[in-house]
Amino acid sequence: MGMAKSSHWIEPHPHGIYIKPADAWIDPSRAVSRALVTHGHADHARGGHGKVWATPETLAIMNLRYGTNAGEPVSYGEGIELGGVKISYHSAGHVLGSAQILMEYQGERVVATGDYKRRADPTCASFEVIPCDIFITEATFGLPVFKHPSTDVEIQKLLCAKEAHPERCILVGAYALGKAQRVIGELRVAGYHDPIYLHGALEKMCKLYGELGVDLGDIQPVIETEKEVMRGQIILAPPSALNDRWSRRLPDPVTAMASGWMRVRQRARQRNVELPIIMSDHADWDELTQTIKDVSPTETWVTHGREDALVHWCALNQIKAKALELVGREDEDD
Amino acid sequence: MQDFSNLLDRLIYTRSRNDKLGLISAYLKEAPDPDRGWVLAALTGELDFPTVKASAVRNMAMERVDETLFRLSRDFVGDTAETVALIWPEQTDKSAVGIPTVGEIVDELASVSRSDAPILLANFMDRMGSNERYALLKLATGGMRVGVSARLAKTAFAKAYNMPVEDIEEVWHALQPPYSELFAWGEGKADRPDLTGIPFFRPFMLAHPLEDRMIDLTDYAAEWKWDGIRIQIVGTGQETRLFSRGGDDITRSFPDVAEAFTAVGVLDGELLVRGEYQGGEAASFNALQQRLGRKKVSAKMQTEYPAFVRLYDILFDGETDLREQSWIDRRRTLETFVPKLNAGRFDISTILEARDFEHLGEIRDGARDAAIEGVMLKRKDSPYISGRKAGLWYKWKRDPLVADCVMMYAQRGSGKRSSFYSDYTFGCWTEDGELYPVGKAYSGFTDEELKMLDRFVRQNTLNRFGPVREVEKTMVLEVAFDSVHESKRHKSGLAMRFPRISRIRTDKPAEEADRVETLKKMIS
Repeated sequence: MGMAKSSHWIEPHPHGIYIKPADAWIDPSRAVSRALVTHGHADHARGGHGKVWATPETLAIMNLRYGTNAGEPVSYGEGIELGGVKISYHSAGHVLGSAQILMEYQGERVVATGDYKRRADPTCASFEVIPCDIFITEATFGLPVFKHPSTDVEIQKLLCAKEAHPERCILVGAYALGKAQRVIGELRVAGYHDPIYLHGALEKMCKLYGELGVDLGDIQPVIETEKEVMRGQIILAPPSALNDRWSRRLPDPVTAMASGWMRVRQRARQRNVELPIIMSDHADWDELTQTIKDVSPTETWVTHGREDALVHWCALNQIKAKALELVGREDEDD
Repeated sequence: MQDFSNLLDRLIYTRSRNDKLGLISAYLKEAPDPDRGWVLAALTGELDFPTVKASAVRNMAMERVDETLFRLSRDFVGDTAETVALIWPEQTDKSAVGIPTVGEIVDELASVSRSDAPILLANFMDRMGSNERYALLKLATGGMRVGVSARLAKTAFAKAYNMPVEDIEEVWHALQPPYSELFAWGEGKADRPDLTGIPFFRPFMLAHPLEDRMIDLTDYAAEWKWDGIRIQIVGTGQETRLFSRGGDDITRSFPDVAEAFTAVGVLDGELLVRGEYQGGEAASFNALQQRLGRKKVSAKMQTEYPAFVRLYDILFDGETDLREQSWIDRRRTLETFVPKLNAGRFDISTILEARDFEHLGEIRDGARDAAIEGVMLKRKDSPYISGRKAGLWYKWKRDPLVADCVMMYAQRGSGKRSSFYSDYTFGCWTEDGELYPVGKAYSGFTDEELKMLDRFVRQNTLNRFGPVREVEKTMVLEVAFDSVHESKRHKSGLAMRFPRISRIRTDKPAEEADRVETLKKMIS
């Protein structure tokens, strides 16, 4: 590995990371001619770019959300070259198709993680440690109060609530891309094979996951189901629908929410959540710090989230680090 | 301990009052003694460990966690106890000694010295998971913040044992945690606790605000509403105690008053301080604040701020309970009771004679004394009942004062508001065109308005000082307040009493907000 030159060829800007020799942007927050996209969440993948390089799964997700993009698929481990920069995509373990982007130029290696997590997820490939000189990491849960509990415990909480309320239903708020499928996948891993009912806003993405080879078992649309049938059942909806009129069609729902933010009681209360399920697709504090140790870069750049705390931790551990001020990253999206 | 931490967690996420009652009463029925008694004390705010302070919790955390990481976390979470519970480095081998019971924890916290408190807490924390750590810290430092009032907790006890909650209220203040006699009585294993000779607090009768004038004035007696501290005097002949509205014993802050009362009975009145500069009349609430909250009151302070009680009502004459009697009968007893007391310390509240509402309004608005908040209307045939009951007592306050102020600083709230900038410092203009802070308010707005103000703060931040943001001086807030006083604490030399945001004046340019001089003229 070469010496980090902090680097003349890669520039952080408020609306994205610019790779000069390639004339391309990573996850730009506005339309550009050449974009390298890490994953399909709206704060990373936007419509309207001239050309997009992303994994086939991410391109499929973007097509579903924004219609056709001029997309160039790059599978995990595959490489391309743009303006002399060698670029390859490696799994990030965040959602289906999520990738870290490795760039090599003049002997220097830079990895941009996008969003990532370290623990197992039945709906996507696991995070891969890529040694590099400059490591550009997210910090959504970059505070030491965030230690996501074991997934099994949280899934058991959900199943116990279901058992305890045969006359009601458990309505779980989960983001449409990634979290919803993960909750279903984890329930299946735990041996739960009953039908799971979906809000309309989740149907298309779950269907796409199925087409891309992620089996979610028996899933049914709420809209085609009688109220009585859903008593004692698990229902998934986007978080915005939890306290919406839509939920009136359900049999006396117990309001649950699957998110890393549920770790903080008052955040859960703000959402009127009765059953917080602490489950995140982002690295928690221990995963963030362990990953920096594992990757062992010369320099760490922190993109979005609670960058102050992670940069401070790096300083305490004699790791060179700085915070990038990117705009347009959704704080609450998990 | 796990049962208690589960209870707390479930209460936090439960919205319905009935569900909360169900959870608490199920816990009280199932948990063992003395744990359940201590938990009941915690929920009713009766638990206090004088050597365990919030600072002990913070210092303990500093031993294990980097200070900057802690501060950033605390700012995000909005609650110190929760931050510490979450951030505490998990011990891998917790099973060695096991999780302590509530009873064990309370015993040790009650006897620990101030210097050992952080060590003791740390030892407990190492034996627990994050949910129990949270429960431990809430138990140790008080203030559960789980949306359960003392009244709700007592109602849950009553529900657990099918008793009227009034029966619990009546004996409550004579009993001490962990309330073993109360549980024994509830379970039918013992008689009602014997309270003879104990000077204990009885719940106050309270008033509703008079919102419309649909009452017939001939059925009511009117008297001044004094802006002091409502107190109950309980004398047994051997001992006299003073209780504040919430039932807190404040005898130590006012020993001069307590010593001057040697009669037997229970009285309801307003504690006031005689202000010389106001011609011997009752001085303002500010003067009273000088004494309240002090555990020891110096002789100098007793001379400078001499306290006395203006009596409103009598609950017990000797051992005789008068609460079932009509107000008019109790008033007659009070009129014969008061002359027997030390005249320098006790007087009787005057009855106001008004021909009609208009006349009463004139009397109310013409009151010169700063210590008068308005008038009270009491139904002449009303018994003395605990709490607020419609139709019996009303308070009719003077209209608040208002001023247009400019938002200067904003701070994040705590609890449910931890993600909102909800506490605002605002100022008025000096002659030289500078803004000087005149007060701080965190209420009076709707949820929608809070969102709007929060957005304004985020989009107009000039400077950040930790949790505080300085904002662009463009947002005019109409602030309502009960009165304004001189104060050395603020640069403007002013302090408002009960300031709250009454309107958001997006229509008004900041230059047109009020001047400090205008507020000075309102000083009462």
